[in-house]
Amino acid sequence: MSIISTSGLARTFDSRNGPVHAVRSVDLTIAAGEIVGLLGPNGAGKTTALRMLTTLLTPTGGAATVAGHDLAGDPAGVRAACGYVAQSGGVDPYLTVREELVTQGRLYRLSRADATARAARLARDLGLGELLDRKAVTLSGGQRRRLDIAMGLVHHPLVLFLDEPTTGLDPGSRTDLWDLVRGLRDDHGTTVVLTTHYLDEADALADRLIVIDRGVVVAEGTPAALRAEYAGSPAASLQDTFLAITGRAAAPADAAPLSVQGL
Amino acid sequence: MLLHDIALIFGRYARQTLRSRFQMLFGTLMPLLYLLFFGPLLDDLPLGSAGDSWQVLIPGLLLQLALFGASFAGFSVIVEKSTGVMERMRVTPVSRLALLLGRVLRDALLFMFQAVLLVLAALVMGLRAPLPGILIGFVFVGLLTVALASLSYALAVKVATPQEFGPVINAVTMPAMLLSGLMLPMTLGPGWLDVVSRLTPLRYLVDAVRDAYVGSYATAHMLYGTLVAVVFAVVAVAVGSRVFHRAGA
Repeated sequence: MSIISTSGLARTFDSRNGPVHAVRSVDLTIAAGEIVGLLGPNGAGKTTALRMLTTLLTPTGGAATVAGHDLAGDPAGVRAACGYVAQSGGVDPYLTVREELVTQGRLYRLSRADATARAARLARDLGLGELLDRKAVTLSGGQRRRLDIAMGLVHHPLVLFLDEPTTGLDPGSRTDLWDLVRGLRDDHGTTVVLTTHYLDEADALADRLIVIDRGVVVAEGTPAALRAEYAGSPAASLQDTFLAITGRAAAPADAAPLSVQGL
Repeated sequence: MLLHDIALIFGRYARQTLRSRFQMLFGTLMPLLYLLFFGPLLDDLPLGSAGDSWQVLIPGLLLQLALFGASFAGFSVIVEKSTGVMERMRVTPVSRLALLLGRVLRDALLFMFQAVLLVLAALVMGLRAPLPGILIGFVFVGLLTVALASLSYALAVKVATPQEFGPVINAVTMPAMLLSGLMLPMTLGPGWLDVVSRLTPLRYLVDAVRDAYVGSYATAHMLYGTLVAVVFAVVAVAVGSRVFHRAGA
């Protein structure tokens, strides 16, 4: 059963040099409980697609349904059903871990008691239990990222969108986060859609990969199926597969994204 | 639900403000400096307005506090946009109007609190004004803050950097201050300047609060000041809300 479906989803930005077609036409179907990796070169349209699905950007074309809610007709329903963890995080550095988690829970309509209990539970599960009363500014990079994830999970979302979730994390923190994402799917049936530039991450984590280039889906399938179809062998590297699909190497994770006003 | 959302957002920003004692302290510093260093210069000067020099100066300083404080409120949204906090709040189901009004109400309360401190200091220095007039002054500070902070947040949503935001605010606030008669009554100036100043909404608020400070409540100044303040606040909130809605998809 699909939890996300899009049809001709598109977003065009106006710029001084004319329209920029960040996403031209994306057709997606994502099943409940899947972990899906969105891959693509810088400027391919991954983040723009994600921002449309989280209601942060209004599509200029097409339609989408997320968790049974129409993206255009019921954006509040989409927001209530989804969690979103942006690449930049989104934690106020001068509020404590507990304050941020409880407030975020209450913004998702949890009662104060439920939000407080949920904050404590999430903090414990994500290794932040001892840090509940610390201001976010005092946390390490890995701790901050775990807090970002906790903020996205505070309301038990059906769908979790993760934009470059492990960029800047050390290898240990990355694998911890992978385990967390797998646990969400296995224990709670959460659907996870993530963008990443790390091909090893996509390979290890995603049930299915969707490759976007120049604003359209150019390939999709399991990592093994994509290798077999595009690189000629299930044993081929995902890097070679990505090259075969897009004609370009995957950008390094810390490469500056293409900047377009309002993107 | 809207009130619940507003209360949540207000609580979040109020907590943030209470943590920042520098903001509380330095926010009142400029009007206090005017009070200390400019107020005594006006002693015994004919200001062409009812009441003594303190009754002319303090209403101006109160509204100046709101003018400069609220107009720059949008800086916080620019910071939140860069840190992702704004986006994180926009993906929640919370009302877009609440995202604006929670912030704006925090600002209104903050500047009304600073206005109370300013008036207390002025009373020590020699201000004498009726209590109802002083309270009316606080209400005007609140309304002006609601209006200007709403517009400031709307502008901050639209622009990308502080470098774009700051000059626009300076270009608006400085002429507004000069033309509204905040420091000295515009009736002291030439006729053409008086006419130009009547095109500034702030002028009507200043005149109304000055009337309140001399105990004149049933005046044309008070009527026009109240109308302009209320209409300005309603229009500004509508504009701000529309911008927040559009930005929030």
